[in-house]
Amino acid sequence: MTASRLPAPLGSRLDRTRVLSFEFNGTALQGFAGDTLASALLANGVGLVGRSFKLHRPRGIFSCGVEEPTGLVDVGTGATRTPNQRATLVELEEGLSAVSVNCWPSVGFDVGAINGLLSGLLSAGFYYKTFKWPNWQVFEPAIRRMAGLGRASGLPDPDRYEEVAATADVVVVGGGLAGLSAAVAAAEAGATTVLLTSGTALGGHFSWGTNTEQVAQIATLIAAAKRGGVRVLMRTLAFGVYDHGLLCARETLLPPDSQDQPSLSNGRLRERLWKIRARHIIAAAGAFERPMIFPNNDRPGVMLAGAAVKYAHAWGVACGERVVIAANSDLAYRVASSLKGTGVNVVALVDRRPPADVGAHCASITSTAGVRVMTGSAIAKVSGSRAVRGCTIISTETAGARPDRIDCDSILSAGGHAPAVHLHSQAGGKLRWLSDSGMFVPDGPAPGLVSVGACAGIFDASVVLNHAAEVGRAVAKGPTLPVSLSPVASSTAPGAGRSLAATHVAGTVGKQFVDLQNDVTQRDVGLAAQENYRSVEHLKRYTTTGMGTDQGKTSNINALVLMGEFTGREPAEVGTTKFRPPFAPVTLGLLAGRRVGALYRPLKHLPAESWHQARGALFEQFGSWVRPAAYPKGGETLDQAAQREAYAVRNRVGVLDGSALGKLEIFGADAAEFLDLMYVGTMSNLGVGQARYGILLNENGIVMDDGIVARLGEQQYWVNTTSAGVERTTAAFEEWLQCEYTNLKVVITSVTSRWGNVTVAGPKAWDLLAAAGLASAGVAGSFAPSAMKHMTLRSGLLDGAPLRVLRASFSGELGYEINIPADHVEALLERLWAHAGEFDAVPYGIEALEILRTEKGFIHIGTDTDGTTLPGDIGFGRAVDRKHANFVGRRSLLRPAARDPDRLQLVALRPSDGHTRLPVGAQLALGSPPTPTEGYVTSSYQSPTLGAPVALGMLKRGTQRLGERIRVHHLGTPIDAVVVKAPFIDPAGERLTG
Amino acid sequence: MMQIPCIRCGLRDENEFVCGGTSHIRRPALTDNDATWGQYLFFRENPKGWHAERWRHAHGCGLWFNVLRNTVTHEITSVYAITEPAPA
Repeated sequence: MTASRLPAPLGSRLDRTRVLSFEFNGTALQGFAGDTLASALLANGVGLVGRSFKLHRPRGIFSCGVEEPTGLVDVGTGATRTPNQRATLVELEEGLSAVSVNCWPSVGFDVGAINGLLSGLLSAGFYYKTFKWPNWQVFEPAIRRMAGLGRASGLPDPDRYEEVAATADVVVVGGGLAGLSAAVAAAEAGATTVLLTSGTALGGHFSWGTNTEQVAQIATLIAAAKRGGVRVLMRTLAFGVYDHGLLCARETLLPPDSQDQPSLSNGRLRERLWKIRARHIIAAAGAFERPMIFPNNDRPGVMLAGAAVKYAHAWGVACGERVVIAANSDLAYRVASSLKGTGVNVVALVDRRPPADVGAHCASITSTAGVRVMTGSAIAKVSGSRAVRGCTIISTETAGARPDRIDCDSILSAGGHAPAVHLHSQAGGKLRWLSDSGMFVPDGPAPGLVSVGACAGIFDASVVLNHAAEVGRAVAKGPTLPVSLSPVASSTAPGAGRSLAATHVAGTVGKQFVDLQNDVTQRDVGLAAQENYRSVEHLKRYTTTGMGTDQGKTSNINALVLMGEFTGREPAEVGTTKFRPPFAPVTLGLLAGRRVGALYRPLKHLPAESWHQARGALFEQFGSWVRPAAYPKGGETLDQAAQREAYAVRNRVGVLDGSALGKLEIFGADAAEFLDLMYVGTMSNLGVGQARYGILLNENGIVMDDGIVARLGEQQYWVNTTSAGVERTTAAFEEWLQCEYTNLKVVITSVTSRWGNVTVAGPKAWDLLAAAGLASAGVAGSFAPSAMKHMTLRSGLLDGAPLRVLRASFSGELGYEINIPADHVEALLERLWAHAGEFDAVPYGIEALEILRTEKGFIHIGTDTDGTTLPGDIGFGRAVDRKHANFVGRRSLLRPAARDPDRLQLVALRPSDGHTRLPVGAQLALGSPPTPTEGYVTSSYQSPTLGAPVALGMLKRGTQRLGERIRVHHLGTPIDAVVVKAPFIDPAGERLTG
Repeated sequence: MMQIPCIRCGLRDENEFVCGGTSHIRRPALTDNDATWGQYLFFRENPKGWHAERWRHAHGCGLWFNVLRNTVTHEITSVYAITEPAPA
């Protein structure tokens, strides 16, 4: 490629006084401020930019915008490397570094290019047909390596992304003539108006041209927009229209030296996600160009004609020294004249159309410009592989005419327009096919969205201006559009030529690409038709046309037209696939925003976390809480610490921070009746100050949660849930109360974060409490075990802080759960700790608690139970039978499946040899594998008190199998075990209740 | 993302709510047969068009209420208290 810079005033976007250095594939290059990476590469004569997805064919820059199918590069190095960026959208910055995608070892010499030689084998559906034996998974990794595009960094992204929510009466997408006109009209009619433009300048086509009248017109509109209070967001790409007028857009922020950037210690603010709730959206997104289909139409040097015009005017880059235009529309004639005007040598205009279809004014345009026009002709061959060197032109009208060979280094493709109907389609709008211009256009407005300008199929500037302004005024006034303002394609102007949908050039050699990004040729589309794919959705998936990062912005229409041709249908009958968000790829960083790292899933911290830290706690995550797992001392492992702590609780006393425990208060005249409906146990017959354990079911009878319920007063209950279960339990209570038991007078309040909990357990628990000054803290009687029975709750007062002391135990020892306002937890721990030495007390963590409860055979919801566990499976069959009243889930327990005697039941297990730990999750079965499983191990610990392993598990008919020997299968190793009676420790419960 | 008019708080974004599925389902009595209970537990209409469903303003006031929503267009024409019957 021999592109070069054109002299000023061409290059209206450039600041030629600011030279920027950048790097492409390791080569140092220079461009100007205002360049895109694509324009800078073209100006440096870099034509070969990447390799194609499947065939590894050399590819160059094809467009100048968001539709770019081939000019894909990875931008940045190290952690900020961003894959598959369109070079046409990357603004050049000093020091920018970019590399080609999908080539190894280099873009010039690419080993994968052998696929191109084998391309005869790589037709549509090739993968599905070939790699079937033994199965696709065998081949997939290698194929995935060969195919594909850019490469992500694999490192955490140091850059920042943020999110902004906004509302507006009217949001206009697009900053061209139509968008500006609509926005000004809407704002002047009193609507709060936001205008989004993905580009760096307002005015669309008029912004970079040299027509002074057009430039003035845009300046007037911009001034009016400013006066009218239109909020303009530059570099902001609207990528999705969602329900109820929500529009999402990506704002790309300028580099760190600009004023947009906040000062960050690390990385930069890269992108901003806008979520704008709009009463009305006006799409003014313009149109794409439809490429021509001819052999080797993918060579670097083949480019969209409109792009070449923009490169010349906006960036002062000539696309070549000898340019041929392949045309199927009147547009090409204006392109030829415009390029001629910039000094680019247009050697020929090859028009597929017969002279009768060519617009009346076309001939005069090109003759003035002195361009050779060949109508009824097509490009039959392109020579050169890594760059265009010439082309051969044949007549499609006269059979046997001599082909014409022309030397050229650039071929421009001018197949007509394809309106950007994406947002219209996303909003649920229908499309209409215009056969004379080969376009799909919006068929009336979409719900909440109306199209103006080129994306509505309107190209005449004066019609665009008036229609857009009328639409802007109308939507500012009300939600319903007058019918007359429905977008209509302007009727073909008098004397305009037709632009029938382009098709391939028959009877020629060489691949004719329909989809450049996915390497889909007209032959592939033909194959799909031949194999009887009819639906456009099937065509897309079978050939992969329209997939990838560009989603077929330059290929969809041509693919549909070809499909119609191969199957004898009109494009309208073939239809389009549904356009879905995002309109263009967005980074995951943009969507994640600040919800990364510690903010990805914010964790809950204990009120006395620093106290535990000072005691050497090893913190772990339990559900959404960060809690001490244990307090290892001097080189102890977690396991060793937990053993020591559990032993200390069993023999002396331990202190546990139970603040994570779920806590609810239930108030109201019908609180008792309500809890009876919620729990398997009966709560209405509890006396004030009494407490009872209960399990909660869902309507399927499945065990959802458990906990202790205590009665605080006639109309007030204290409910403990599991730490992990409080949200779902509260939600379930609310749903039952508000939606089913609507006559009950009950209020539910979660007090989990208001009340902390310090649990003191062990034979010396009371001694520690008494020594620490709690002997006289009881309001209505002592907390002493002699005065306060197991499963009772008493109020107290300590240093002005209210106490709710529940005598209960998950460890099987004398236990006090002291509930105290969260801001007093640390003081209480300190108070207890001051006397710890007298009793050799320890702080204990979750691991020790798990050992203690397993020794007692107490279940842990979610560990020993799962989404199939019924109350009868875990020993609550009799509790269900005893209760007469209805409760949630009861009816489901009467189903035959719930009464199946073969159900899994909770059992206690011990290894036969007395010392091998039974792994959690190991399967229980009598025989050797393969054998049906009869259950599995759910909890397993070494008991420090017994000096032997103990385990719980679920076993078929488990309760009937006491004493039976069973095999525990773990990773191929069987371990013999015995079903034993739970609990392992203190079966009479004397330690607990004594 | 839809906007849902909470009958207490007004129009709010969908992500403040949880959907509880079809409304106006009668809960059978304990004495009803297995088939009736099974229908209640596991069988739901999946209409294309208008659907009366219940939503909770979970990250707001906490209220459960009914919404009449079109499952195709997401148009919401009516919100009403949980104890009220579906609009005719």
